[in-house]
Amino acid sequence: MKTKALATLAILAVIAFIATRHWSRPTGSMRRGNAVTHPLAPDFSLTDLSGQTLQLAHYRGKVVLLNFWATWCAPCRSEIPRFVDLQNVYDREGLQIVGISLDDDPKRVHAFYQQLRMNYPVAIGDAKLAEQYGGVLGLPVSFLIGRDGRIYAKYAGETDISMIGREIKSLL
Amino acid sequence: MNQFSLKRARFSSTLRRIAVALTFVVALVSAPLCAQAVSSQSKTGAAESSSAQKLIQPEELARILQSPKGGGPLILHVGYRVLYLQAHVPHSEYVGPASEPEGIQRLRQRVQALPRKQSIVVYCGCCPWSKCPNINSAYNELRALGFRNVELLYIADNFGKDWVDKGYPVAKGE
Repeated sequence: MKTKALATLAILAVIAFIATRHWSRPTGSMRRGNAVTHPLAPDFSLTDLSGQTLQLAHYRGKVVLLNFWATWCAPCRSEIPRFVDLQNVYDREGLQIVGISLDDDPKRVHAFYQQLRMNYPVAIGDAKLAEQYGGVLGLPVSFLIGRDGRIYAKYAGETDISMIGREIKSLL
Repeated sequence: MNQFSLKRARFSSTLRRIAVALTFVVALVSAPLCAQAVSSQSKTGAAESSSAQKLIQPEELARILQSPKGGGPLILHVGYRVLYLQAHVPHSEYVGPASEPEGIQRLRQRVQALPRKQSIVVYCGCCPWSKCPNINSAYNELRALGFRNVELLYIADNFGKDWVDKGYPVAKGE
């Protein structure tokens, strides 16, 4: 009797274990891999909103969250405050968030930057830069870049901030 | 009851318990998947029911574009230039964001000389359907101008996912 009960419990436990492993798989697709699965993030050089040069290669050695966004994108507007929080939390550990706005009007971006008290560099990008990153055909899109300059995850759409926080931590 | 019958009864009972347990676990695993399916259905349902807009699905428009008969509707992109330049529906014309006065002005200028029975498809694809700032403005403006044969290209998430990734025809640049 006891043996059968234990056997039943054991089968249940195995099934539950398999099910939870399936659910907990991160949607950002962080996987260990090689240069093909983790390509180098294309370098670029722009001028940020404060007039400084913003070059991706300058952040080698840090974990970079590269976020493509726009002021006209509602999901972007709602996730940016969470990125501001992430920058505050992990700044000293080596996180650098970089925002690339795909707006046409820099004035709108300036106003939004101040209104949301964004605490990371933002520059205006264009279609050419978006194509270097495989095409940004809907917003928001973010790329998680490791200290080695390689892309470890791509997040299309509004991010699950707790998931992205975990993946950032794993790279720091 | 002899020994064999007893063992058989116990075995059946154990099997029954395992079956119940398995059913419970399968239900637990499937619940999120069902919820996701219902949610995506209800998104489509919401878009279709609000203001009785006529929607055209991507696969249908792609079929029209690939038809040897040619012709087809006037297709207008009422979203953002940076997205249009990277990829757009072939033969679609860039009008600009219909959420902005300049975009509405360009839309009016483009259609003003057209017969009111002209078939028009408008699309954006900047972000998820329910969050798009342009699609409803464009539709309402065209209806206000007297166009009755207007359809909205239903893009659930964004143009990349719902058109390009599905392998439908794409044009780039101006």
